[in-house]
Amino acid sequence: MFKSKFVKRLLLPLAIVGAMAVTVYAIINAFSDNLTFFYTPTQLAQGEAPNDRSIRLGGMVEQGSMQREAGTLNVSFRVTDMKNTITVTYTGITPDLFKEGKGVVAEGMMKNGTFVAHEILAKHDENYMPPVLKK
Amino acid sequence: MIAELGQLGLSLAFALALFTSVFGFWQFSRGRVSHEQLARGLTGTALLTFGLICLAFLALMSCFVLSDFSVRNVAENSNILLPWPYKIAATWGSHEGSLLLWVFMLTGWTAAVALLSGNLATGFKVRVLSVLLLLQVAFLLFLLSSSNPFERILPAALAGRDLNPLLQDPVMVIHPPMLYMGYVGFAVAFAFAVAALLEGRLDPVWARWTRPWANAAWSFLTVGIMLGSWWAYTELGWGGWWFWDPVENASLMPWLAGAALIHSLAVTDKRDALKSWTVLLSIIAFALSLLGTFLVRSGVLTSVHAFATDPKRGIMILALLSIVIGSSFVLYAVKTRQVGLGGKFAPVSRETLLLINNVLMVTALFTVMLGTLYPLFAEVITGRKMSVGPPYFEAVFAPLLLPALWVMSVAPVSQWKQMSFMETLKHVRVPFVLAMLTAIAIAVFGGKASPWSFVGCAAAAMLFLATIRHALHQLAKLKANGGSRALFDRVRVLGLTYWAMIVAHIGVALFVAGVTLVKTYQLERDLVMKPGQTEKISDWSVTFIGVDNGSGVNYKAAHGVFELTRGKGTTIYLLEPEKRQYVASGQVMTEAAIYYSLLGDVYISLGEPDANSSETEQAWGVRIYYKPFIAWIWIGCLFMAAGGVMTLFDKRYRRKKGAVA
Repeated sequence: MFKSKFVKRLLLPLAIVGAMAVTVYAIINAFSDNLTFFYTPTQLAQGEAPNDRSIRLGGMVEQGSMQREAGTLNVSFRVTDMKNTITVTYTGITPDLFKEGKGVVAEGMMKNGTFVAHEILAKHDENYMPPVLKK
Repeated sequence: MIAELGQLGLSLAFALALFTSVFGFWQFSRGRVSHEQLARGLTGTALLTFGLICLAFLALMSCFVLSDFSVRNVAENSNILLPWPYKIAATWGSHEGSLLLWVFMLTGWTAAVALLSGNLATGFKVRVLSVLLLLQVAFLLFLLSSSNPFERILPAALAGRDLNPLLQDPVMVIHPPMLYMGYVGFAVAFAFAVAALLEGRLDPVWARWTRPWANAAWSFLTVGIMLGSWWAYTELGWGGWWFWDPVENASLMPWLAGAALIHSLAVTDKRDALKSWTVLLSIIAFALSLLGTFLVRSGVLTSVHAFATDPKRGIMILALLSIVIGSSFVLYAVKTRQVGLGGKFAPVSRETLLLINNVLMVTALFTVMLGTLYPLFAEVITGRKMSVGPPYFEAVFAPLLLPALWVMSVAPVSQWKQMSFMETLKHVRVPFVLAMLTAIAIAVFGGKASPWSFVGCAAAAMLFLATIRHALHQLAKLKANGGSRALFDRVRVLGLTYWAMIVAHIGVALFVAGVTLVKTYQLERDLVMKPGQTEKISDWSVTFIGVDNGSGVNYKAAHGVFELTRGKGTTIYLLEPEKRQYVASGQVMTEAAIYYSLLGDVYISLGEPDANSSETEQAWGVRIYYKPFIAWIWIGCLFMAAGGVMTLFDKRYRRKKGAVA
């Protein structure tokens, strides 16, 4: 099929290098698409977060801010870092350790000044606090 | 008193291991003492340190069982109300206890090597045992200096703080020992590799010695990871089986390296090829086990398992990690030329197929490593917190590992050294056609097919059918070649290692089939249910009866009752999920209720009580999941592990001295 031995010899290494390049490209691509950054309520209030991709919001659930709508799984609460607060809405069952006055990490996007979460992360340690609040 | 006894056992073991390994290396290099004498001395030390650590381990366990709250570790991780099986499990529920378990396993493996290595060349045995004893020294030093499990507190606590309720689960009793057996088991393969590098000699005999140890370690790790995944499924209340949590990834990395290692060891054993690659994998597998320990136990991750938050420990484990990995890589770099690459093979051969799969597995390993470590490094450098989501791992894993299944289908029928590609493909024609038909049938009758689900089903079916076909073909060939007509005799002729491969590969097929089907066809429903309300999911009807108050020895619970019927069937299954509040810590825990079956599980867990309903008609937030074929994931893992265990009984690896040099 191939004219010379030279071409034959070159083909295999070229194929390997090509396959590696494609693999690395695909990995890096998937990686940067799924990198989720972590923001505090203050950073969100200052508009530092992008509006077009999913982010994580961390802080404390403000005392007395939790409202569960009867007959549905809709929840709304405010997340605070003691300087700013952001209202978060979520539909679904919340994890066991999600309580007022405790740390929370929510993943979602900002929409019209409200953080619409698609996931509330379970932090399986009662004493967990997002690092921001520890300072 | 018991605690002091344990402390004494630890200290004695440390002194003994330190003395013997240092003295042994020194005498060995001077050539004063004969190898036989040294080997005997090291064997004795290995057994003694094992005995002493056994003593320490039992001492800690009895402190827990007897609830001696003057020991800090017991006071912090146990409670007077804790049921006794969990008191035992609490022994390894804490940072200190789990490190003691680590050391316990290490001395156990060392003692096993000392006892079962009658067929090793004496000089080689001396080196292997010295390396293992040096590892014991390092870990005992770490344990004694920064994580002493026997530390006392004054005054003693009254009732203890309680074991994390998440860990109060039967599976959690055996998950850590299994996982650590696997992690630490790779220390043996590592010691063999280092010993071979020191000796500058690597031959098929070395690979034959290493194989059963690597297989055993990998099997334990498989079971350990499987139990962890099953625990997450039943206990975390989310119905998932793998979360790509850094701690899970930490165990997946050595598993992938181990899977690559046991296959490349097979190549080195049979063909004397891929030698330096095999050695490198032995080192990497153990290095990743250490990295896993570091990630989980240093507190660098804020995740489910990282309960330790003492930076001093983290730095010590990191130092230990760098010394072990660094020195073995230097040794590898210096000595690998001497060892050589080994036997040659053509670009199209079974060696190549195995190498391709090795490369795929190692690539998968590095993608997991990137996703796990990058956020940590990036946070240190840029100060920004970030995380890598499960979609990344899913996006890279399927394309990397599904091709591996196709290679696995072909590799057993391929030939060593050199083969005709077309000739080989002829053997898998029938399985290929059948697998395609199966995948098409699933897509047509199941609906909801995506390209990935099709490829996954096809790959799993192909691997399953090609493996079965290969076994039947081998049996038929033996008969045609004049082998015994009795099936049992022919099965025996093929050898246990062969059947181990068949069983393990069927396990992989079942696993991939389970993953693909549950991913494609699972149904998840979160809703508010009133008592008496019925909800359909797949062909099941779930009726919510109500919630009453229940309690256990150390918790109070909201106890839900659900009725489950399939189709128009009259059999009613009761599912009783709970929402528990543990007395000692006040922590709330969701206990899911699951109806298990081979074809699909029904999974129910309780959310929160609804805000606006009357007390008699209290509605609840409820999570109802239908998880088809999820059991196959765990059954597949058990098959893989069973394959690994079967190889241990192959006579091939139990040849007496004399037969090998």
